[in-house]
Amino acid sequence: MAVLLLAEINDGVLSVDATAKAVSASTSLGDVTVLAVGATAADAAAEAAKIDGVAKVLVAEDALYSHRLAEPVATLMAALAADYSHIVAPATTDAKNILPRVAALLDVMVLSDVTAVVDADTFERPIYAGNAIQTVKSSDAKKVITFRTSTFDAAGEGGSAAVETIAAGDNPGLSEWVEDKVAESDRPELTSAKIVVSGGRGVGSEEDFAIIEKLADKLGAAVGASRAAVDSGFAPNDWQVGQTGKVVAPELYIAAGISGAIQHLAGMKDSKIIVAINKDEEAPIFQVADFGLVADLFEAVPALTEKL
Amino acid sequence: MKVLVPVKRVIDYNVKVRVKADGTGVDLANVKMSMNPFDEIAVEEAIRLKEAGKADEVVVVSIGVKQAQETLRTALAMGADRAILIIAADDVNTDIEPLAVAKLLAKVVEEEQPGLVVAGKQAIDNDMNATGQMLSALLGWSQATFASEVDIDGDKAVVTREVDGGLQTIKVNLPAIVTADLRLNEPRYATLPNIMKAKKKPLDEKTAADYGVDVTPRLEVVKTSEPAVRQAGIKVESVDELVTKLKEAGAI
Ligand SMILES: Cc1cc2nc3c(=O)[nH]c(=O)nc-3n(C[C@H](O)[C@H](O)[C@H](O)COP(=O)(O)OP(=O)(O)OC[C@H]3O[C@@H](n4cnc5c(N)ncnc54)[C@H](O)[C@@H]3O)c2cc1C
Repeated sequence: MAVLLLAEINDGVLSVDATAKAVSASTSLGDVTVLAVGATAADAAAEAAKIDGVAKVLVAEDALYSHRLAEPVATLMAALAADYSHIVAPATTDAKNILPRVAALLDVMVLSDVTAVVDADTFERPIYAGNAIQTVKSSDAKKVITFRTSTFDAAGEGGSAAVETIAAGDNPGLSEWVEDKVAESDRPELTSAKIVVSGGRGVGSEEDFAIIEKLADKLGAAVGASRAAVDSGFAPNDWQVGQTGKVVAPELYIAAGISGAIQHLAGMKDSKIIVAINKDEEAPIFQVADFGLVADLFEAVPALTEKL
Repeated sequence: MKVLVPVKRVIDYNVKVRVKADGTGVDLANVKMSMNPFDEIAVEEAIRLKEAGKADEVVVVSIGVKQAQETLRTALAMGADRAILIIAADDVNTDIEPLAVAKLLAKVVEEEQPGLVVAGKQAIDNDMNATGQMLSALLGWSQATFASEVDIDGDKAVVTREVDGGLQTIKVNLPAIVTADLRLNEPRYATLPNIMKAKKKPLDEKTAADYGVDVTPRLEVVKTSEPAVRQAGIKVESVDELVTKLKEAGAI
């Protein structure tokens, strides 16, 4: 058995955390070959070669792969598939865009957001916003899988895999990139941060979200948000935590002005310690919180920032 | 241009899902079923394209059990013109996998020749997030997933996508598959007169066999279990107490 693992690369930079978590999820499935794809991918490939448990790195560098449009990347992966039993990636929006396409090209099902590997054919994955865990056994010749990164520890460093350059695949010529709107931030990345401070509708406005951000900065934390906060324009979409946003499992998750809808809990209930600050003592978030504070967040959050 | 929108009947998003004690699945008996919320957004987008003069017909299609007819009627009441029901299972507990759904949709696309397919980005029951991408692969079409904005511009669609880093805008050739994210629009409610009118709109009934598609699952469900439950902790009285507790727990 052998694994082809799509490395998470943005603008030539390897996302070490996401990729290393997918590596540790895959090592029981066979030798792991990492595929580094991008307009520039050589540096990312060299980084990936250092991840423990990586047997080999393939690098496909071509302008065709800038911005990782799904059609050319999936075409390349499907063309490489013959040599592998498992084709995997961390469950980022990038991979969720690409891997189901690869699966259909190979006439196999995809297994999204896998949280545990039982054996080479059998996997666990959450369904219904994490309200049930399904164990499924695949009868497909090849398994195409995205791994939920929050449930796997990152593989360490210390590897020295060989890096091999491969030719670019066909260009389906179906789509082109126009622009990215990416906010630059010095904060830790939401899905790998040790501490996350999230605000909900209770925060009330974009301006007042600053009090959430101040607390986050005091703690060296990432900032998250509920869907209601994003929909209301208080916070950007990439801060959304939940069933259909990012799934996080930090050491400490602080939720302020968030009621605790199941769709939100789906994205954070595996956090080690959960703190809830909400003025409604009946808010469902308190049912999952280790420490609940019934208070007005406009007083409690600045006070907490002050006292830390 | 014709727009095709696949819609799925799922447990309503407000329902607290219960795992069956024997581990065979989740309890669907006497549970409120609704249209998958992302599909509602997709239907709304298609109707808006028609209202804006960019589309001339909205066809909705559902694949599953006979009861999915209700879901299609909802879409017709929102403003879709015509519906196709493909019966692929008798038992409400059978979930047709995204690959099989995509194969059936590919056949419908062959027949209907839409210029655009707008689907929901994921179904809130199996949370697979796959059907749109798979359909796109089978047809060899372009794909624009997780859309928060769609603009039809001649023979291209300019789509803004919600991605991990923020927003990405791409331009795709038509015909294309677009999958809808939460912030694409706010779906309308069907009004009573429109619900009445929807009863008279055409709804074609087919079976998976009519299209010659094998819907046998590739994934066998071995078991369905409860997630680990999290115990509620304690309430603290003040910010000071919270800080003390967090220090004791080594969290800060
Ligand atoms: C298909 C679908 C997908 C979804 N995906 C997600 C997802 O990924 N992530 C997500 O978060 N949601 C998601 N949702 C939405 C979810 O159902 C909830 O609507 C949302 O999480 C509510 O956000 P909220 O808790 O901020 O707002 P509310 O539920 O309105 O709660 C606001 C809370 O703030 C408290 N509050 C108000 N003022 C103060 C104050 N001054 N001080 C302290 N507390 C205060 C209130 O008591 C209340 O508990 C999804 C919904 C659907 C249908």
